[in-house]
Amino acid sequence: MSTAPSLFLRGRAAIDGTPVFGALDLQVPAGRWTCLLGSSGVGKSTVLKLFAGLADHVDFVGEIGAADSDDLAGRVAMMAQSDLLLPWLSVAQNVALGAKLRGEASDAAKVSDVLARVGLAEKAQSMPDALSGGQRQRAALARTLMEDRPIVLLDEPFSALDAKNRARMQELTAEVLAGRTVLLITHEPAEAARLGHFIKIMTDQGIEDVPAPIGDVPRAVDAPDVLEIQARLLAKLREDA
Amino acid sequence: MTGWRAGLASALLGIALWQLIVWLGDLPKFILPGPGLVAETLWKSRVTLFENALVTMAEVLVGLFLGAVLGGLSAIGLAASPMARALVRPMLVFSQAVPVFALAPILTLWLGYGLWSKVAMALIIIYFPVTSSFFDALMRTNPDWLGLARVMGASKHRIMWRIRVPAALPGFASGLRLAAVYAPIGAIIGEWVGASKGLGYLMLLANGRAKIDLMFASLIVLAVLTLCLHAATDLFCRKFLDRAHS
Repeated sequence: MSTAPSLFLRGRAAIDGTPVFGALDLQVPAGRWTCLLGSSGVGKSTVLKLFAGLADHVDFVGEIGAADSDDLAGRVAMMAQSDLLLPWLSVAQNVALGAKLRGEASDAAKVSDVLARVGLAEKAQSMPDALSGGQRQRAALARTLMEDRPIVLLDEPFSALDAKNRARMQELTAEVLAGRTVLLITHEPAEAARLGHFIKIMTDQGIEDVPAPIGDVPRAVDAPDVLEIQARLLAKLREDA
Repeated sequence: MTGWRAGLASALLGIALWQLIVWLGDLPKFILPGPGLVAETLWKSRVTLFENALVTMAEVLVGLFLGAVLGGLSAIGLAASPMARALVRPMLVFSQAVPVFALAPILTLWLGYGLWSKVAMALIIIYFPVTSSFFDALMRTNPDWLGLARVMGASKHRIMWRIRVPAALPGFASGLRLAAVYAPIGAIIGEWVGASKGLGYLMLLANGRAKIDLMFASLIVLAVLTLCLHAATDLFCRKFLDRAHS
């Protein structure tokens, strides 16, 4: 993996003449987790799509990129709310999808290693419909890890999981993505307080920074400062709603 | 009551109604032969029926194979190229406004009285349903899969063959299931216009000689063959094409 760069986005976006967000100035520090909160429709997912290069339909006016000035293409991995596993491929084939799509030989040893890291070694040959929701999301995480990109964009990847699996996935993801530049879009104040080195709230007025709890991620769910930031985030989101 | 029991009961009910109409209407056998007479003819003319059924099935199978291949490739071409969509789709829709029955004499003129004019009829009749079903499925690929593939650095070509085509195979299967029912219609129309063999030819011959029992027997053989072809196609589709599901 190459060195994780910091990201920036400065500008405004519209779709078919309808503004998605106004003047926005977002900084995503290198090698850390940045959590972006905000109410529905404020344009969080558009921000993610712009970084991913998937915003063909968006008219963006401004600057977006990495602080090291290199192109973002080829340095970004993405994980969404839906696991996006291809149902006709086995778990191992899904994990190796990126190599196949680029016409590269897939590294079977690395696939096994990555699956072992997410606890799915014994499910390598299973089909996705044989997995539980938590296992499917772990397979999606393995696919993201297999890409080995310095920038990882996460679009509410844990929101469809039950509380137990969500907590486990948060811990696993924080562990395996350590050192990468991670931008996590989330609706959950608790998730942001637990995982964010930096926490930002996106509103129609722009980006507001909220101090994150001290300490490395993932933080304990019941740590006093985590609970305090969680409560403060919730209050701010309610104010903005 | 489900499955084969329901099918058998429905067939028996149909035969009973048929016999009832013959009895109540007191119809002569050259207008409506009873099921008993048709069954007797089926047995007595089994060799003739078998030989002609082989010819029709050969036309249907070749037409089905070529129609599936051409329809599949056309759908992929249309899905891959906006230019092809703009140029070819209006032509495809227009082609459906031309009654295929009207094409049969022209195809016989161009391709002769043998196998290929019937294959062409079967192909023409199934081309649109196969192309249309597969194309629609190709255009409905989950956009998040396509986004993921783009982020992974996939080319359009690989996205087509590794994601869009496998994801759209159930749509292709729907087209094939329709094609298995339509293809025999095409072959029979072709045989009616000009042939010296086949079930369609046998029906016309029997009609001309007032052998309506043989006509009914040919029709029953054709219906059974179509059902078998549909069942075989369905089995093939379930085994090989329906595995992509979202």
